[in-house]
Amino acid sequence: MLYFPRWKIFLIVAICVLGTILTLPNFFSRETLSALPSWYAHNRVNLGLDLRGGSHLLLEVDMGAVIRDRVEGLVDSARTQLRNDNVGYTAINPGDRGITVQLRDPAQADTAVRALRQLANTIGGGPLGGGQPDLEVNASGGAVTARLSEIALRERATQAIEQSIEIVRRRIDETGVNEPTIARQGADRILVQLPGVEDPDRVKRLLGTTAKMTFRLVDMNADPSAGRAPPGTDILPSSESGRAQTAYVIRKKVEVDGANLTNATAGSNPQTGEWVVNFEFDSIGARRFADVTRANVGRPFAIVLDNKVISAPVIREPITGGRGQISGNFTAADANDLAVLLRAGALPAPLKVIEERTVGPDLGADSIRAGLMSVGIGFVLVCAYMIAAYGLFGAFACFALLVNTVLTLAALSLLQATLTLPGIAGVLLSLGLAVDANILINERIREETKKGRGVFGSVEAGFSRAYSTIVDANLTTAIKMAILFVLGTGAIKGFAVTITFGILISLFTATVLVRLMMVSWLRKTRPAALPV
Amino acid sequence: MFRLRLVPDNTNIQFMRGRHAGLIVSAFLSIASVVLFFYPGLNYGIDFRGGIVIEARTPQAADFASLRHTLGQLNLGQVALQEFGSPQDVLIRLERQPGDDAAQQVAADKVRATLAQELPGTTVRRVEAVGASVSGELFFNGMLALGLALLAMLVYIWFRFEWQFGFGAIVTLLLDVTKVVGFYAITGMQFNLTAIAAILTIMGYSTNDKVVVYDRMRENLRIYKKMPLRELIDRSINETLNRTLGTSMSTLLSILPLAFFGGEALQDFGIVLIFGIFLATSSSIFIAAPILLFLGENRLRRNAPTENAAPAANPTP
Repeated sequence: MLYFPRWKIFLIVAICVLGTILTLPNFFSRETLSALPSWYAHNRVNLGLDLRGGSHLLLEVDMGAVIRDRVEGLVDSARTQLRNDNVGYTAINPGDRGITVQLRDPAQADTAVRALRQLANTIGGGPLGGGQPDLEVNASGGAVTARLSEIALRERATQAIEQSIEIVRRRIDETGVNEPTIARQGADRILVQLPGVEDPDRVKRLLGTTAKMTFRLVDMNADPSAGRAPPGTDILPSSESGRAQTAYVIRKKVEVDGANLTNATAGSNPQTGEWVVNFEFDSIGARRFADVTRANVGRPFAIVLDNKVISAPVIREPITGGRGQISGNFTAADANDLAVLLRAGALPAPLKVIEERTVGPDLGADSIRAGLMSVGIGFVLVCAYMIAAYGLFGAFACFALLVNTVLTLAALSLLQATLTLPGIAGVLLSLGLAVDANILINERIREETKKGRGVFGSVEAGFSRAYSTIVDANLTTAIKMAILFVLGTGAIKGFAVTITFGILISLFTATVLVRLMMVSWLRKTRPAALPV
Repeated sequence: MFRLRLVPDNTNIQFMRGRHAGLIVSAFLSIASVVLFFYPGLNYGIDFRGGIVIEARTPQAADFASLRHTLGQLNLGQVALQEFGSPQDVLIRLERQPGDDAAQQVAADKVRATLAQELPGTTVRRVEAVGASVSGELFFNGMLALGLALLAMLVYIWFRFEWQFGFGAIVTLLLDVTKVVGFYAITGMQFNLTAIAAILTIMGYSTNDKVVVYDRMRENLRIYKKMPLRELIDRSINETLNRTLGTSMSTLLSILPLAFFGGEALQDFGIVLIFGIFLATSSSIFIAAPILLFLGENRLRRNAPTENAAPAANPTP
């Protein structure tokens, strides 16, 4: 136990040196760090948002809307399909998860089932087929129902969330936030972390807009104030409340879809000085746009965003170049945001912010200062106690404690774990817990000395007897922290991380390292009595 | 050579004399804590109840009366204001807003806008808005964490020690945890995720302490085969007393700065941990050990003759 082969000593020292090297980048300025050679460690401790300032948003995708969308689409395509197959029906009713068709002639049920089956998309399966239809079609009496299958619902949800993440990423990239984190959480949530963002208002506004844009014709014969929309139309409000005309009757048929946009930029109209958004279509969109405008010169053409009419200008001449302009009494910021939204594309479903935690940068800086001060004071207090209680052996423990803190920082840097404010509390607490091992050992050595053992024998017995207790005692805390890490969220996870690192590393520093120091000292001085 | 000793080396306190008093006081405090848990109940923080917390710094010392009046006009339910740290720092707490999760956002934005308008120069340093679905899950996860932690300890000690030790440790742990909850109820401190972390830490610390004392008892059971259990337990406690108090001291010293400089989030955490350290230390001595004495009087001696022989002389290992 007391003999250290040379390679072991070398290994212990190497670990300490390596840890120091890995920790140093945290104390360099950014400039120094970038000037370092590339082989040198550049990883720093990742500061949590509560320390560096920033905004943490948890978004929820409205899955109900995703399914509703698909059901509505199903109603439309069922209508067309049944008409093509000459199946008469009295009504098509949308339900929670599918549609019900009331047939005029129950004898046509088989034909209707076949027709509706054609509407199914195949999901799963590989290039050799083997997938299954996403619709379950059944007939009962004069009614045929088509329901989305369980797998189809799940598939839809997965698609919707993946698509949403992509769109969210694009929109946030447009705002110029540095190093955002965007990650899926659970079945229908997206976690967004925006370092350095103090007022997430704009981001929340951008993310809260679905940005589904459509170009649709206005029904000129109907009166929007009538309160009831004629079949095949919607009454939609204007996006500005101050306008004379606050509602429009808009045809349901989408002439051109915003998905066909390839670009959108904010600009100002040279004639009026008004802020506008210029847009460009892809080839399909350009062709459709040209066709519609050619056929409807003199009629208003509505630009609808999320079921609100931005504007409904009258078509003066066919627009064939695939370019256009939206004007709607925008401010510069409005125009910019709309351009961002159109460029990034529409969300498959509305997003809701269900949790926000924002910390200003100065509060974060205050927390770092308070944290560093606390750790410094805690370190001094613990060391003072250890030296007062155990003299030289206490000083050994203090040195080990210093190495422990350095190695914990190194581990955090290396693994890119996030240090949060509760994480600093964890560092602090592990200072106290780490010296527990040394207290156990030193008390044991004292006892053995009192029993009359020699110098070497006491140290040897002290270490070997205390070891199993140390492992036991630390394991109990480590188990708790593993549970906290799995079940905790956000900043509190950081507490579990730093304590676990601190404890695991203390098994090395408080025992192996301290033993090496004690043994070297014993061999060098050959004392007659131990200083405990 | 001066050495700081928390207790003199040859201390021999007969702790087991106080075993009845210890258990009765502890049981009473725990029952009181459980009662307090139900009535008046805990002051759940926004993690578990949902709602909004805004930390603002006003340019001059904050005028609470006018601030309360201004925010009261927003019709956002009860608005609690609290000075924090300096007279310029105000903590604004709003109840969870009726409606869905998005309603929290609307209310938080309203308060932000009002602060900017009515008190120009005010900086909003922190905003937290948590909706009902999120707070419900956080609460569930928090309780699950506590339950799992107890279970994990049970399994761990079960494997590691004889059942008498395991039973003693778990009962003590339950008594400890209830008292910490009672501490939250009495002080009215916010019970949130940090509180769960604090309870888990105290559980870890308390078990750790019990393991050390139990380890020594087990060792002594092997050495002093004929010593009465009561004497043996007292001896074990006295032998480990310097370690128990020493570790309590070092942990206490490391936590102390937190209670003074920890800021809104960590100050309470530090205070609860300090309470927990006292709790865990005393329960190792006055609860865990007596339980073992009651359970183990005739069972924990295996290969020893049953007649009560005189205490063994100082053994030579």
